[in-house]
Amino acid sequence: MKNEVKIHEVEPSLSSRRSFLKLSGLTLVTAGLVMAGCSDNDNDDPIVDNSLPGIKNGIFDLGSGDFGVLTYAYALEQLEADFYTKVVNASSFNATFNEIEKQVLTDLYHHEVIHRDFFKAALSGALPDPNTQLLPSLAFSYGSLNFNSRTEVLATAKALEDTGVAAYNGAGRLIKSPDYLLLAGKIVSVEARHASAIRSLINPNSSDFAGDDIVNTSNGLDDAKLPSKILPIAAGFISTKFTATYLP
Amino acid sequence: MNILKFIETFTDDNLMRSTGSRRDSFNQFGNIGKNLAMASIPFGLAAFSNKAMAADIQPTPATPIGALQFALTLEYLENEFYAMALDSGVIPASENGGRDLKVFQQISAHESDHVTFLINGLGGTMSANFVPKPTFDFTVGGAFDPFGDYPTFLALAQAFEDTGVRAYKGQAANLISTPDLLTAALQIHSVEARHASEVRRLRGLKGWISNDERGAGMPSATQAVYDGEGVTVQAGFNTAALFGASAGSEAYDEPLTTKQVVDIANIFIV
Repeated sequence: MKNEVKIHEVEPSLSSRRSFLKLSGLTLVTAGLVMAGCSDNDNDDPIVDNSLPGIKNGIFDLGSGDFGVLTYAYALEQLEADFYTKVVNASSFNATFNEIEKQVLTDLYHHEVIHRDFFKAALSGALPDPNTQLLPSLAFSYGSLNFNSRTEVLATAKALEDTGVAAYNGAGRLIKSPDYLLLAGKIVSVEARHASAIRSLINPNSSDFAGDDIVNTSNGLDDAKLPSKILPIAAGFISTKFTATYLP
Repeated sequence: MNILKFIETFTDDNLMRSTGSRRDSFNQFGNIGKNLAMASIPFGLAAFSNKAMAADIQPTPATPIGALQFALTLEYLENEFYAMALDSGVIPASENGGRDLKVFQQISAHESDHVTFLINGLGGTMSANFVPKPTFDFTVGGAFDPFGDYPTFLALAQAFEDTGVRAYKGQAANLISTPDLLTAALQIHSVEARHASEVRRLRGLKGWISNDERGAGMPSATQAVYDGEGVTVQAGFNTAALFGASAGSEAYDEPLTTKQVVDIANIFIV
């Protein structure tokens, strides 16, 4: 099915943010998302597999194929990098978290900023016309999220990391180039290491690091979700409009 | 047991039942592969090397079926390792609020699920593509005591999980023509990474691999698991530029080839 996600300015309410924090990342529904243009009939408007990222009808579209998937990953990494940048720069960071937590969150800040800048560099080098085809720097909004709340920060980190794992796991099959597939593989396992560590910080004496809420109890498989399932989740935090018309 | 306390006492030498020439033999190899297998069998090599060589698994073909067979053998190894550990009682039941036991019960359940999943994926035990479980010796001829010594168990668990992550990653390209299998392999891959992170953190390490460091207390024989992890250039991008080489290398896990993983697995196959 053709999927178009239009992400509008996020105006999160307190209640939706709290709901988010109660839910495990992949089931949350956030305010501010408008789904539009979904077509049930692929024959009328077949997916174009060679659509490059860029402005279409006034809104940036992620495109299709490998560039589309990489641009999608770049959007998600922008979100993660922005979140942890805000976490480590929060006014009470040093008082809010213990030494191990600070080490973990600082490492995650480093890793995600590196991932973001890597995708920017890789796409800038590979896109035929990066001036028009490189996804711009997105703007983010976290609503009422209190960056000086240990509980809220860790819960959001857990949601973001689990979502990142599911996103890469789901997008792998969309990648045509073995080189790009390997690069995604190099990143997703680090996201999974992050998710495990955050879950362990939240509930240390437990099996939550790879909990039954995220790893299927009948086959031992982690979550995997296509872009059309991931973007509505991420959209809760992304205030810049873009579309993903050509990604499943 | 206090985890910090045992890490303090957890040195390479402690993992060996004796030191001296064995330690020398562990240090003299610098590359992975059969040399590692040889060096990791520090004594009595002649007594069982023929048997060990005869039972060695071979690299699987670079095909979707080969990738599943390869994955199944690794899952056999992990599954048996954790099942034996849980049976042996080596994992402390009440320390750290019961954390350790809960962690390894969960990991064991996942590895068991992965074995079943992969056997089914290969068409069942009667399929021509099915590969049977090898015979494992997790003591490596008596050099390790993972079911009697908890730090040794933890060290091998870390090595197996970190190997698993790199092994699945190295198979991804072999599955690119079969999207459903690729997705499933990725879904196992990330579970192995969750395991690896937790086992490393149980051992007092970071959940991610810095440079090509095997980490405190890991026997030098496990270095093959970490060689090549210190990459700081990804597709031409210098990942060390912003925050240094440790952060840059931590942010990316590197693959192992089929041959590299088979050589590591063969150390434990008799």
